[in-house]
Amino acid sequence: MSESRPEIKKKTKKQPISDRRRFILNMARGAGIATIGGFLWSAHLDEVTASELVLRPPAALKEDDFLKTCIKCGLCVEACPYDTLLLAKPGDNKPLGTPYFVPRDVPCYMCPDIPCVPVCPTGALDVASVTTNDKLDINISDMGVAVVDDESCIAFWGIQCDACYRACPLFGTAITIEYQQNERTGKHAFMKPIVHADACTGCGMCEHACVTEKPAIFILPRETATGKAGSYYIKGWDKSDEKRLEDATEIETVTELSKESATDSLNGSLEDLY
Amino acid sequence: MQKLWDNYRYLFLRRFTQISLLVLYFGANAWGWSLLMGNLSSSKILGVIPMSDPYAALQMLMAGAVLAGDLLIGVVVVTLFYLLIGGRAFCSWVCPINMITDAANFLRRKLEIDRIQGVKQPASRNIRYWVLGLSLIISFIMGVTAFEFISPISMVHRGIVFGLGFGWAAMLIIFLFDLFVLKNGWCGHICPLGGFYSLLGKFSLIKVHHSEENCTLCMKCKDVCPEKQVLHMIGKESLPVLSGECSNCARCIEVCDDDALRFSIRELALQRKTGE
Repeated sequence: MSESRPEIKKKTKKQPISDRRRFILNMARGAGIATIGGFLWSAHLDEVTASELVLRPPAALKEDDFLKTCIKCGLCVEACPYDTLLLAKPGDNKPLGTPYFVPRDVPCYMCPDIPCVPVCPTGALDVASVTTNDKLDINISDMGVAVVDDESCIAFWGIQCDACYRACPLFGTAITIEYQQNERTGKHAFMKPIVHADACTGCGMCEHACVTEKPAIFILPRETATGKAGSYYIKGWDKSDEKRLEDATEIETVTELSKESATDSLNGSLEDLY
Repeated sequence: MQKLWDNYRYLFLRRFTQISLLVLYFGANAWGWSLLMGNLSSSKILGVIPMSDPYAALQMLMAGAVLAGDLLIGVVVVTLFYLLIGGRAFCSWVCPINMITDAANFLRRKLEIDRIQGVKQPASRNIRYWVLGLSLIISFIMGVTAFEFISPISMVHRGIVFGLGFGWAAMLIIFLFDLFVLKNGWCGHICPLGGFYSLLGKFSLIKVHHSEENCTLCMKCKDVCPEKQVLHMIGKESLPVLSGECSNCARCIEVCDDDALRFSIRELALQRKTGE
């Protein structure tokens, strides 16, 4: 019986693992796990720092630079006498621990001495950006820009309301009233609030004062609220803008169609257009 | 009463330090006190002396931020203190997470959870150095301070001072992790800030010193120590605890009934040893 038993393959005896092999394998294992963790971590960071609709304290650096420079200490929050500024908590859906404000709740009251800015230990709130002639100047700060929704603004309906205009700390500069005849009634005027983005600091006093249920004028970060015409449009009626043409050079665009003259190309078969 | 004090004097002092710091920070935000403003990331004493988290500053540097004057002074103040004097004392004397992980560890001992999990720890204590390195690499690549956006330490501390939000979830996660998943899991294995201070505080002056001739090998110190590996010399050799991973929590000193452990100034201890 025992002799007919099929021969069991002898296991090759395992060598004890060498120290060098153990070290290399351990390092490889560490590097592998670090890669997994690193990607998960990076993906999370990408998500949590992507929030664009955050209003920052005055004098904040551009969002990208702000996120790497702010140490999240909250000294600006403590310096604010109106409790305008908040630090983002888990659950606020804002980059964690960074200062922000919600103007509908508490706007920035634009203190002339700007207590929140000089206390910043890292320069994420940049004193130089709110300084003119060696003096702090809150009026040049840029927290965002007010935007009017003319569908829900009752002044655009013809009802007299100038709450935002009156609330604006840059009275008559950042918001002006445009008068227009109300043809529906024939005897009244529209008094429409118009925001001037170049003067508006984004303090949010208008949003705070707005009488509609959900504010018809509200602050957005400037990047979000503004478009860009591009450098190829030049205001011919603006002397300073037209100066840009002085150094202009001609740019010739060469494509497949440029091989022939324009007329030949147009008279030729249209195949090469498609 | 005397015995209670003897057995818990450092624990009491640590809780006192940790809680008073929290109260001072909280009071600065809530009632406008000026003794200690800000939070553990960066603060000011009496509005004059800045203190900043050197690990956060290192991440900022890697992310490409320009480090401003006040921040640098603050970093130097904190770095010098732990480098020269305190060692890794931040972890057991300042950090608010320490109270959570100590509570988990206490409950773990009382419930004897180690008996169902076995003595062997399934994870390496070097993970924290990997996380530390990784956080710097990610800060560099992503251009943001990588750990500061996930750090439960600043989340909890900021939460207590400025409003918690869902920060309580981070506290609960760490508590449950340390209780059920890994003994001394967060502070002793993962936390890169602990890793950072372990490296920074390696050569500090204040160290725990062991006298082998007094030791009766009861091993109470090893039971209670959150970084057991640093007490490798117990009952073998009279040596100071030289590893930077010791957080100077001094629990070993107060549980020792035989006067075999005490604080000492490191250099003096070394000199005496070589003199013998």
